[in-house]
Amino acid sequence: MNITFYLTAVVAVISTFMVITRRNAVHALLYLVVSLLSVALIFLILGAPFIAALEVIIYAGAIMVLFVFVIMMLNLGPQSVAQEGQLLSPGIWVGPVILTALLSGELLYVLLRTPGRVFNITTVSPKLVGMALMGPYVLGVELASMLLLAGLVGAYHLGRKDRSDGGAS
Amino acid sequence: MTNETVWKLITVFAILFVTLNVAAFLIWLERRLLALWQDRYGPNRVGPFGLLQVVADMVKVFTKEDWIPPFADKPVFVIAPAIIMLTIITAFAVIPFSPGIEVVNLNVGLLFFLAMSSLGVYSVAFAGWSSASKYSLLGGLRAAAQMLSYEVFMGLSLTGVVMLAGSFNLEDIVNAQKGMWFFVPQFVGFVVFFIAGIAETHRLPFDLPEAESELVAGFHSEYSGMKFGMFFVGEYLGITLISALIVTLFFGGWMGPVLPPIVWFTIKTFFFICVFILLRASLPRPRYDQLMSYGWKVMLPLSLLNLLVTGGILLATGK
Repeated sequence: MNITFYLTAVVAVISTFMVITRRNAVHALLYLVVSLLSVALIFLILGAPFIAALEVIIYAGAIMVLFVFVIMMLNLGPQSVAQEGQLLSPGIWVGPVILTALLSGELLYVLLRTPGRVFNITTVSPKLVGMALMGPYVLGVELASMLLLAGLVGAYHLGRKDRSDGGAS
Repeated sequence: MTNETVWKLITVFAILFVTLNVAAFLIWLERRLLALWQDRYGPNRVGPFGLLQVVADMVKVFTKEDWIPPFADKPVFVIAPAIIMLTIITAFAVIPFSPGIEVVNLNVGLLFFLAMSSLGVYSVAFAGWSSASKYSLLGGLRAAAQMLSYEVFMGLSLTGVVMLAGSFNLEDIVNAQKGMWFFVPQFVGFVVFFIAGIAETHRLPFDLPEAESELVAGFHSEYSGMKFGMFFVGEYLGITLISALIVTLFFGGWMGPVLPPIVWFTIKTFFFICVFILLRASLPRPRYDQLMSYGWKVMLPLSLLNLLVTGGILLATGK
């Protein structure tokens, strides 16, 4: 169990790093899909099969497809790859690297200070997730659904054909 | 290795062997059945009833030049056909062919299938993009939008079944159909799932991603040799998968009188495969905007309504 977890974690970290460094947008997206899949696997290993499945269906299977769709629509050529290359000049790395190095140092310190923990895995069934969502977290579900509805109405408004100026047709 | 592990390995390879061969056999079956329904002969020269046509085609496709266009994005171009085979074959792992014959008994089996089918979109989208040809790109774009839209209510149409069975586990779902097959109480769900299944496998009448009259061959225009063969076989694997799922979810899976369970499963699956082929033989292709508005304006409200009614009835009967 531990080995699978660490292996997946390594894949997740490497693929996420590749997402940032790729110059071709589609290649970056492919790595992002791999990263999301490995996160889903980590959920599964930690005993949340339902969330793991939803992670794949919603993030890797739907949202990322929309990203791919938009990038295909834009049809970025070689010049955008060249542009990306300029964006990632070595100088630009300095700031983020210092900041994240501080954070990861802190994380390592905290991890090393606390004694080693054993994974305490209880498998969370879909039913439990549903009961938790519709029970104590119902307010969150309602708020999220309102936000989604607002997005839907907004998209509908933007996509609507303007009737006022198309008098002839 | 224990006895159980050996048995499991045998099951895995048997399922792999059978599904791949069925997919290859379907190429011949489809051509023969189409011919039959259109009053022609179809391939009937090679071997008995033309059955060896598949072998001849396989020899041809394996020995053809495997050409990658110089303008294509090579790594993505190579990965794309592998994705479709990988996702569909992996999805077969959760299907209970008969009691005891299945690869994994996953408690989120149905979601696993949905996850794999939603990952399958990448194959078509990336194939279209990496070919760097306008026809392929248009095919890939169409495929991405079509499969994404139809996935939404493919998932929704299955929630009725999950509510009735009280589980995402496919074996539990089959066992819950002992009294009555789910296509009776979930008829709307069945119809919606079937239509979404056709769109997911981009078969006629929903084969707009590869509409040959407009887009040459759509997303796989630039593919040749075995890479094209993988898209081709992948399509038939997809048909087999959707048919097997329809049987598992709505038509009682392996259940049936007298004959052994695996035979019943095969007969039912075969029937739905033939329905897929009959649809191709009989229906014309809609326009792309018709396809999208049909999906969002008819199928989505219908599946939401089905969900509401099923939930209401379950609540009223107090199950």
